[in-house]
Amino acid sequence: MLITCPYCGPRDVIEFTYQGDGNRERPQPVSQDLDAWNAYVYDRLNPAGDHNEIWQHSGGCRAHLRVVRNTVTHEILSTAFARGGHKSAGHRTEGKP
Amino acid sequence: MVERQSPLEPAYHPGSHGNFEHGVDVILSETRPGSILQLAAWPGEEKRLIDAIRKVTGLALPDGAGGGVSNGGRAAFGFAPGKFTVVDEAEGLASAFAGVITPDIGTVTDLSHGRTAIRIAGPKAEWVMAKFFAIDFALPAFPLGAGRSTNHHDVFAQIQRSGADQFDIYVFRSFARSFWKALCHASEEVGYEVH
Ligand SMILES: [Zn+2]
Repeated sequence: MLITCPYCGPRDVIEFTYQGDGNRERPQPVSQDLDAWNAYVYDRLNPAGDHNEIWQHSGGCRAHLRVVRNTVTHEILSTAFARGGHKSAGHRTEGKP
Repeated sequence: MVERQSPLEPAYHPGSHGNFEHGVDVILSETRPGSILQLAAWPGEEKRLIDAIRKVTGLALPDGAGGGVSNGGRAAFGFAPGKFTVVDEAEGLASAFAGVITPDIGTVTDLSHGRTAIRIAGPKAEWVMAKFFAIDFALPAFPLGAGRSTNHHDVFAQIQRSGADQFDIYVFRSFARSFWKALCHASEEVGYEVH
């Protein structure tokens, strides 16, 4: 599996570290909204298809990336720097943001 | 001035090694630059940082990811977004940058004692490098002066192409001897010389 880092170009997946689901929204640290915290910690869309993810090019430029990966085919549909927000690359077609 | 020790010392054996009867196809050496710096720009300050590198070193970095330049004594290349490695054969480069890279532009980190610089040169340099790193070493994909960040078995490496058939590899000092030994083994089949 190759992931194309926007800085380094195509690299083997072994250079990358998965940083988790890219759909989560962390509540403000002072938030006491237990539903929001519960959703942040536990709720996952777990789609069979396109999925927003955060990866780090830990074995290269070390940038954090937002990646859309198809969980069925492992095709990487898009990659971009995570800096500046990770929501905009969504290809997701169902479920709450 | 305190003499700087090389971590490669016990494994550094000048002379010809391996299968050199049919010719030496790579030359390995430690370049021992006096200064190895890492410069990082805050978001949006990249152009000012590149200007500062030109002002202090005379090196004009080309545009684009991983762009770099080397002129023998000095070298610079991008290794990550907004981040650059700058090398000088002389010591004291960090203090030359101190007043130029102001806190609103970015940061200067002196890694002169933290990295070891290893040079591989010769007609089989690309071949030997390709055994270590899963990146394209062909000249069109990895142009002269350009830099790449990658790793070999968790030994992080920054690589700059400093000649058509020459690469400079910057590795963590604590891993340098292990990496050097591996590089020597990998060079045996083509015949190598340590300078
Ligand atoms: Zn990268």
